[in-house]
Amino acid sequence: MKYDDSTPGRLGAFRPTRRQFVTGLATGGAALGLGLARAPASAGTPARRGGAALVTGTEFALDIGAMPVDITGRTRPAITVNDSLPAPTLRWREGDTVTVRVRNRLRDMTSIHWHGILLPSNMDGVPGLSFNGIAPGETFQYRFQLKQSGTYWYHSHSLFQEQAGLYGALIVDPREPAPYHYDREHVVLLSDWTDLDPAALYRRTKKMPEHDNYYQRTLVDFVRDARRDGLAETIADRGMWGRMRMTPTDISDINAHTYTYLVNGAAPAGNWTGLFKPGEKVLLRFINGSAMSYFDVRIPGLKMTVVAADGQYIHPVSVDEFRIAVAETFDVLVEPMGQDAFTIFAQDMGRTGYARGTLAVRDGLAAPIPSRDPRPLLTMADMAHDMGGHGAHKGMEGGCGAMMGEGGCGANMGAMDHGAHGATSNAPNHPASEAGNPLVDMQSSASEPKLDDPGIGLRDNGRQVLTYGAMHSLFEDPDGREPGRTVELHLTGHMEKFAWSFDGIPFASAEPLRLKYGERMRMVLVNDTMMQHPIHLHGVWSDLEDADGGFHLRKHTIDMPPGTRRSYRVRADALGRWAFHCHLLYHMEAGMMREVRIEA
Amino acid sequence: MKTHSPAPLGLVAAIALTLGFAVPASAQHHDHAHHRATTDAPTQDAHAHHDHAAMSQAEPATASTAPREPIPAITPEDLAAAFPDIDHHAMQHAPAFNHKVTFNRLEAWDADEGTGQAWEGSAWFGTDTDRLWLRSEGERMGGHTESADLEVLYGRSVSPWWEVMAGIRHDFKPGNARTWAAFGVQGMAPYRFEVSATAYVSDDGQVAANVEAEYTLRITNRLILQPLVEVDIAADDDPDYGIGRGVTGIEAGLRLRYEISRRFAPYVGVVHERALGDTADLRRLEGESVRDTRVVAGVRLWF
Ligand SMILES: [Cu+2]
Repeated sequence: MKYDDSTPGRLGAFRPTRRQFVTGLATGGAALGLGLARAPASAGTPARRGGAALVTGTEFALDIGAMPVDITGRTRPAITVNDSLPAPTLRWREGDTVTVRVRNRLRDMTSIHWHGILLPSNMDGVPGLSFNGIAPGETFQYRFQLKQSGTYWYHSHSLFQEQAGLYGALIVDPREPAPYHYDREHVVLLSDWTDLDPAALYRRTKKMPEHDNYYQRTLVDFVRDARRDGLAETIADRGMWGRMRMTPTDISDINAHTYTYLVNGAAPAGNWTGLFKPGEKVLLRFINGSAMSYFDVRIPGLKMTVVAADGQYIHPVSVDEFRIAVAETFDVLVEPMGQDAFTIFAQDMGRTGYARGTLAVRDGLAAPIPSRDPRPLLTMADMAHDMGGHGAHKGMEGGCGAMMGEGGCGANMGAMDHGAHGATSNAPNHPASEAGNPLVDMQSSASEPKLDDPGIGLRDNGRQVLTYGAMHSLFEDPDGREPGRTVELHLTGHMEKFAWSFDGIPFASAEPLRLKYGERMRMVLVNDTMMQHPIHLHGVWSDLEDADGGFHLRKHTIDMPPGTRRSYRVRADALGRWAFHCHLLYHMEAGMMREVRIEA
Repeated sequence: MKTHSPAPLGLVAAIALTLGFAVPASAQHHDHAHHRATTDAPTQDAHAHHDHAAMSQAEPATASTAPREPIPAITPEDLAAAFPDIDHHAMQHAPAFNHKVTFNRLEAWDADEGTGQAWEGSAWFGTDTDRLWLRSEGERMGGHTESADLEVLYGRSVSPWWEVMAGIRHDFKPGNARTWAAFGVQGMAPYRFEVSATAYVSDDGQVAANVEAEYTLRITNRLILQPLVEVDIAADDDPDYGIGRGVTGIEAGLRLRYEISRRFAPYVGVVHERALGDTADLRRLEGESVRDTRVVAGVRLWF
């Protein structure tokens, strides 16, 4: 096993002695921060393009600072850790107690949250819940014992700092050998970069949420569709969306019109390259450290065997492609051979751009970059406005704005749908707080887990695409108890206001969700919006259930496509106040967050 | 800073489980384990009620199936670490207050009577549900301001798509300035028509109303046709201002803009305005025209 991206070693060894301008990412300049520049070529390879320093051990010092970077050809301010963007890759070991001293050289408060790591709540790094944050000039010492292994990541939990660059990969090596063999490994940390000040981007999004949607249906599309599908049908289709005041092209809020997508900090032109020798088994640790971007990842010419999700082993699944939600991680085995170079192609879910890297036998090689897939359109079925059922279509044409939350009309939809769907229906019981709520522009009428659905834009594309249904934890339910109670929460929002919440109640006015220490409860999420949301609960695992309510897949982040209802088990074995939120950064900041309080 | 060390706890608990809970608590000599929730009777110390609560909560399930991985007992250190004394304002939030200023129309035209300019804009400041609105509209002809008004309104969202508005409007022109109380609604109607309807009561007792509807028709994603209709209604004759009761006038516009960026879009358009009913008659008496069609050019911008 080789870590040829840089040199393992104590942090002190590569601590920068002077500020250095982080540059050249757009064109693929090699070193990012001094870590790489100083790395002796012990692994026999030059520094990779992009990538972050690797630090191992039990004692770490991280310096959070501001620094100019050049990702797109323009020099912009960024937040770096030890002068590196992304932050250094930390390599820990299961069972070890690690100490991380985080020093804040910014003018603002900061924090680091260890995403998916089980730890005491005062080490979790969420200002206002776990601790007071790290003040400018201060050093905060994190110290906790590792109870798990796998691929994770860490990031700031303070305002928009994560978007500005404060994120990095985290690997916890297992005490026991992994249940699979590999010869070499690479971290593939995907992220989104903007030259804008992230706070300004938030303000812009509040003013005009559809700013980046240059894909709305036009008169030109109307004429084309009318020729293809007939005028009546096209008018009916436009009418349906028009009555809802929605557009089927809202796949993502912010896309490549604003973002440059990165692999290990390198823009597509920078072509981050991970080396292999033909015949080697290579473990790729994919991490989506984006603020707002889902990626659909494939390596043309290679089958990928997914062996872990969110750091936890699964029964191996062989796929051609996977969608990685924000904050998820997937460990993937590949056996590159027969070609000198393979492209790692990660197009954004809205098909507006891509992140790209290369697996190659030596530096400087490249393989063809596939063209982006056609841009998908949301359908009524995506939003669980089932058009196929008896009477459901009629419902859509109802005068009350279909399923829209106009003056409580939507609140009746559960009952209305009841007849249409029968016993298999999961007609949701919408919370009273959604009815007539100005911040809730839509409710789904009948939602299902859809665990076997590859998702919008990935269906029937001729490739084998990973689904939640195809992933099973390699272990049995570690808790084993049936949940003692069920809590149902609805993901809600208003597209035009860019307002996001649970049950129509934004974080600022929401009460904490209280769990009893030791209890096993079932969380049911229903997505009442047309966007996809990765929902992350700090402190404890989210054990996704299969369609029958059985233990299926241990995760820390549960992806919630539009129109889904998914349930997971929570074992409340960590006392304290934990954040529970959508991991789309701007959705969280706009209110899609709750405190979960696990009390004795 | 304390280190959480669940391993010994887990071990002890596992032993306890293996022995079928038969081991008395006192036998498990471990500094963290002396009041474990998973053992039998809660002890009498200060923390007993916590353990008991945790236990009874889990009881329905544990009675038949205890967790495979035991739940570690709570120690005072755990509790202290879990609920530290912290400043709840430490969490910084994105601003709840936001704003947007839009100049929907900033345009000029060249007519027989000379050049004219017009503006129509709005601005909001506030939260997702409560906003202060400023709206202004006006027209200049040949260097004179023909009409100009400013509205200051409080808007409150009452449903996902509608906001009720209340405030004042001040007309600087035409004629003598006057002030109105304003009440109305604005929002997005089905099919994405942007609609506003406002009723006004002036300080001299006149009652009037204005209804406006606007639509965004995308020819391409940057070339956008914007039809607009505006109707004015007066409840009484208002001769000082050349107004007769009923529908006083209607304005229809069709503007074609090109969004160079989202924030900045030049446009060309055609606007038709006509006076109706008694108002038209009054105009005719004055020898003024009752209808006007003009070609305009302008920009739409927001920030
Ligand atoms: Cu979200």
